[in-house]
Amino acid sequence: MSILVDSKTRVLVQGLTGREGSFHSQQMIDYGTKIVAGVTPGKGGTKHLGVPVFNTVAEAARKTGATVAIAFVPPAFAADGILEAIDAGLDLVICIAEGVPVLDMVRVAAALKNSKTRLIGPNCPGVISPGQSKLGIMPGFIHERGHVGVVSRSGTLTYEAVGQLSKLGIGQSTCVGIGGDPIIGTQFIDVIKLFNEDPHTHAIVLIGEIGGNNEEIAAEYIKKHVRKPVVGFIAGQTAPPGRRMGHAGAIISGGKGTAKEKYAALRAAGIHTVQSPAEIGETMARVLGKKKSGSKTASKKPSRKTPKRGKR
Amino acid sequence: MKIHEYQAKAILAKFGVTVPRGEVVAKKDEARAVAERLGTPVTVVKAQIHAGGRGKGGGVKLAKSPDEAASLAGHMLGMNLVTAQTGPEGRIVRRVLVEEGLDIQREIYLSVLVDRGVGAPVFMASAAGGMEIEEVAHKHPEKILREAIHAETGFQPYHARKLAFGLGLSSELARAAVPFMTALYRAFDETDSSLLEINPCVVTGDGRLVALDAKINFDDNALYRHPEYRDLRDLDEETPLEVEASKYRLSYIKLDGSIACMVNGAGLAMATMDIIKLSGGSPANFLDVGGDASEERVKNAFRILISDPNVKAVFINVFGGILRCDMLASGIVSAAKELRIAVPVVVRMEGTNVREGQEILRNSGLNFAVADGMKDGAEKAVKLAGGAR
Repeated sequence: MSILVDSKTRVLVQGLTGREGSFHSQQMIDYGTKIVAGVTPGKGGTKHLGVPVFNTVAEAARKTGATVAIAFVPPAFAADGILEAIDAGLDLVICIAEGVPVLDMVRVAAALKNSKTRLIGPNCPGVISPGQSKLGIMPGFIHERGHVGVVSRSGTLTYEAVGQLSKLGIGQSTCVGIGGDPIIGTQFIDVIKLFNEDPHTHAIVLIGEIGGNNEEIAAEYIKKHVRKPVVGFIAGQTAPPGRRMGHAGAIISGGKGTAKEKYAALRAAGIHTVQSPAEIGETMARVLGKKKSGSKTASKKPSRKTPKRGKR
Repeated sequence: MKIHEYQAKAILAKFGVTVPRGEVVAKKDEARAVAERLGTPVTVVKAQIHAGGRGKGGGVKLAKSPDEAASLAGHMLGMNLVTAQTGPEGRIVRRVLVEEGLDIQREIYLSVLVDRGVGAPVFMASAAGGMEIEEVAHKHPEKILREAIHAETGFQPYHARKLAFGLGLSSELARAAVPFMTALYRAFDETDSSLLEINPCVVTGDGRLVALDAKINFDDNALYRHPEYRDLRDLDEETPLEVEASKYRLSYIKLDGSIACMVNGAGLAMATMDIIKLSGGSPANFLDVGGDASEERVKNAFRILISDPNVKAVFINVFGGILRCDMLASGIVSAAKELRIAVPVVVRMEGTNVREGQEILRNSGLNFAVADGMKDGAEKAVKLAGGAR
């Protein structure tokens, strides 16, 4: 009941022995993620956190059967790490690093096109299929197993949405942070397609941001192909144009990529839009026709700003 | 990172792009000397600020003699130049570029930038040189030519030919466009720029292509590969509080509202600004303390927030992941004590070690307003800041 990763996914960690790699790998192992190998050039043949370490991704994949990599490498080496995972023929590589030069990503994007590998990120929190596997830096304990797919460009804002859902008793199938950079491996539309095809995902939360037009492209796809209910929020309604709002990709340029445009596209696709980031969970609850007891927010009246389509 | 026109032109010249002869000066008399050295009947005096639209604002003038160049420079230096891009507050002109006047036959627009949709650099050209490209894109999208450049093969002569003939340039100029555009693309690629814009690029009476104006923005994430460009940063062109914030790797943007916000994560920071607005208030800033904020960083963030005189309340909204709420709380408490914060502070925490964090706030003896959820937090902050406006 998930996309991209599940309890059987065999994972290798690039940069396992580093400070960040060690910290997050331990957290992932504790969560139940099947980490079968680490890669740190020069440390091959050793063990770290009880996991065998290899010098190259290709060797690690060959000897352990790992099909997915998560990279904890500094931004200057991120492109190299991703390209090595592509070269090793992995199915999926997740890159957490923030601050990867955009021209490095241009070269990575070209390599991805001619490969079977999917990239998530960079500048992302990773992917989690609650109760099964966590590949990222998100706090595992806020997630609940369930049937709502979450896809977002942001990290902590995703936690916020997930926290709201879990408090209302709404579990998640998989939560995917696609990253806040201008060039990323997997777009909203790709994840929406996967959620749409996953029989265990019954509804979708889409959390966008100002900048670019990936939300609009996803909305167009949803309008044509998705019958599952979708709740959408766009961050940056109050952001000034021409300023980069933290994320390299979050910038309104040339009057394009505004929250207003994106909301219009979401609404035109029949998506249940939410103006307030505090109402993502309760809107999904209303859409799913759920009323959980013991929660303050669930019993609230729906906001007048949310569209009517979601009535029970 | 943005740089000045004269700096961009110096870089382009190194890559073999033809630019007008000229020199940058900071004094009136130096302008006269440069104009004399150039020896052309007409010289151009151009104010050097990071914003565009200088011509309309009176920051670009023609001089018919070295004396006139000096007098124009004298007038521009120290003036507060207001353009469509500076906002009403304008920018102080500290340097002017004095250049040779050219016999201009035609103006075109050229730029290179990374197209996020294509996932590759795109070389753009338009016959409508000198105009704002956004305006052209809006009114006449068909007038903008675009060539996506593939990562494996890079910029090729045929790209230049397609663009040049597409602009209606003569065969001779199209031939000249190949080395000119190739040099531009190399400059973009090898300096790790996020934007390179020549607006206008001019065709001169003697059949040359010349970059009459030049704008280069560097990709901040790639600056580590180009230490020589770090010195080109002009702190005078940036907001003082933003400069201060950048020292501590804090992502801070000053806005004009009264509720300061401190948030971890860019998406949540934007969402926090949004909910303040929805609650009837107005955010004083965007601030992302980052996922790995230390107590020290939280303290510096706090100091920067409250040094904005418009701030009437602070809203701290943190969803702890890697950033632990107890660490954040300790940072807040020590900052509040040390900085003697006089404005009300609303704290909303969630996630890792939230209980320990709230304990620290409660036991601090300081009067924090603790919020339940971000809506409650925003509403409390708006109320404490003096209500909706």
